[in-house]
Amino acid sequence: MSDVKIRLHGLSKIFQTRDGDFTALEPMNLEIPTGCFFMIVGPSGCGKTTLLRILAGLENPSSGTLEITKPAAGRPSNSMVFQGDSLFPWMTVFENAAYGLRMRHRPEGEIRDVVGHYLQRTGLARFHRSYPHQLSGGMRQRVSIARAFSNDPDILLMDEPFSALDEQNKILLQEELLRIWEETRKTVMFITHSVDEAVTLGDRIMIMTAHPGRAKQIVDVPFERPRRVLELRARPEYGELVYSIWGHLRDEVQRARALDEGRAS
Amino acid sequence: MMKASIWRLSQGNLERLLNFASPILLLLLWEACARINVIDVRFFPAPSKIFTQLLVLVESGLLWKHFYASMERLFWGFLFGGLPALVLGVSMGLNRTLRMLVEPLISATYPVPKSAILPLVLLIFGLGESSKIVMVGIGIFFPIVINAMAGVLEIHKIHFDVAQNFGAGRWQVFRTVALPGAMPLILTGVKLGIGMGLVLISIAEMMGARSGLGFMMWSAWEIMAVETMYVGLIVIAILGIVFTQLITEIENLIVPWKRGR
Repeated sequence: MSDVKIRLHGLSKIFQTRDGDFTALEPMNLEIPTGCFFMIVGPSGCGKTTLLRILAGLENPSSGTLEITKPAAGRPSNSMVFQGDSLFPWMTVFENAAYGLRMRHRPEGEIRDVVGHYLQRTGLARFHRSYPHQLSGGMRQRVSIARAFSNDPDILLMDEPFSALDEQNKILLQEELLRIWEETRKTVMFITHSVDEAVTLGDRIMIMTAHPGRAKQIVDVPFERPRRVLELRARPEYGELVYSIWGHLRDEVQRARALDEGRAS
Repeated sequence: MMKASIWRLSQGNLERLLNFASPILLLLLWEACARINVIDVRFFPAPSKIFTQLLVLVESGLLWKHFYASMERLFWGFLFGGLPALVLGVSMGLNRTLRMLVEPLISATYPVPKSAILPLVLLIFGLGESSKIVMVGIGIFFPIVINAMAGVLEIHKIHFDVAQNFGAGRWQVFRTVALPGAMPLILTGVKLGIGMGLVLISIAEMMGARSGLGFMMWSAWEIMAVETMYVGLIVIAILGIVFTQLITEIENLIVPWKRGR
């Protein structure tokens, strides 16, 4: 975990809107080591999704630089697990999960093996011919995860992938994600608004301020791996860490709320 | 559960029976009225007479000749009008600049009644095959181009983000996102276009052709062969039904993800 995978230097994002410039992200410096499960928590509207979209290449920064260590030839730099329904409704589960590999013209035999493996790991093997509308929300999100892992990217970007799920499904999927991640130990950048989720999954947590988005604090998570979600949550150190992060976050959530109310009135 | 489904099935059959029964009843009524001269048989010849004329036309090979001529024009019209419409419509959905450039042209020309430009088309393309093909092409072009564009615009933005993030190139985005995503509306456009195509081929063949179902009906009118006119009408109506049914089948085949939604 010594070498740096992602390095941001003075990275910022300003959107031009009709009411003038809107600063989504203040200049940010950040280094993320290779193999780190990096969590970002912050109130809604803190620019965390913007940051992830810049890393995914879906948005350009307004200033600053973004350095990402180049992956080995032929491998994609990053794959994103999007928030909400991002599966193609016109493709089967298998075709959805195979999307990245197909776009890179990998041989069909390899696609079958790799996608088959991750559909197995996410418990979807039986459903490979189903269409997304035939699946539950949790299953759809699992396909989305299988799609990202099958693509074998250097970095995984996850944008609140579990936020729309109920608590039981969320815990199950978190365990599944950790299990799959243990196989590869890819660098992960994971956005959430749930402090529990951040502490459960992450090696390191960045707390962001309400807009304009800024890194407020970075906290290391000391828990050993592999982790079991429920066992971890039963430990007193877990509760203490969640509580202390909440302490940092509470002011920001209240500030965000005040800003929202100010805008609404 | 079982009981309910059997009941539903029998009700479905009953409805199908009624669907068949009403046109047959109408035909019988028509036949009876024609035989007892309640209706003017110069305009409404008995169905049996029309059917006899149908057999005569089939035997002489005349119906087949006209049918084939119309089908050939429809086919080329569909191809030359439909394919460019598909590519242009989807591209307009994908590319904002192209949309801004072309959309005003389409909105300006779309309301012009297609039949009103027939004289112009005849003038430009002459009395040969091309003028008929152009008319059909124009008819199918508009519904497909408009629906294809609307279909792409309806695709959720997140799908394009996914394609970009997973490294899809321009052509791959077209093939894996825009085209399949817009396909349900494109097929609606094809259905509308087929209706329009049949209207226009009839008119075009009446005005400037020496073959085709439209010509057959028009020349029948000129010699007051009313039965032959009805034969032409029936064949065109059946064509419309068959084409629409065909598209519905194709729909089930290539957009299975829309079924049961």
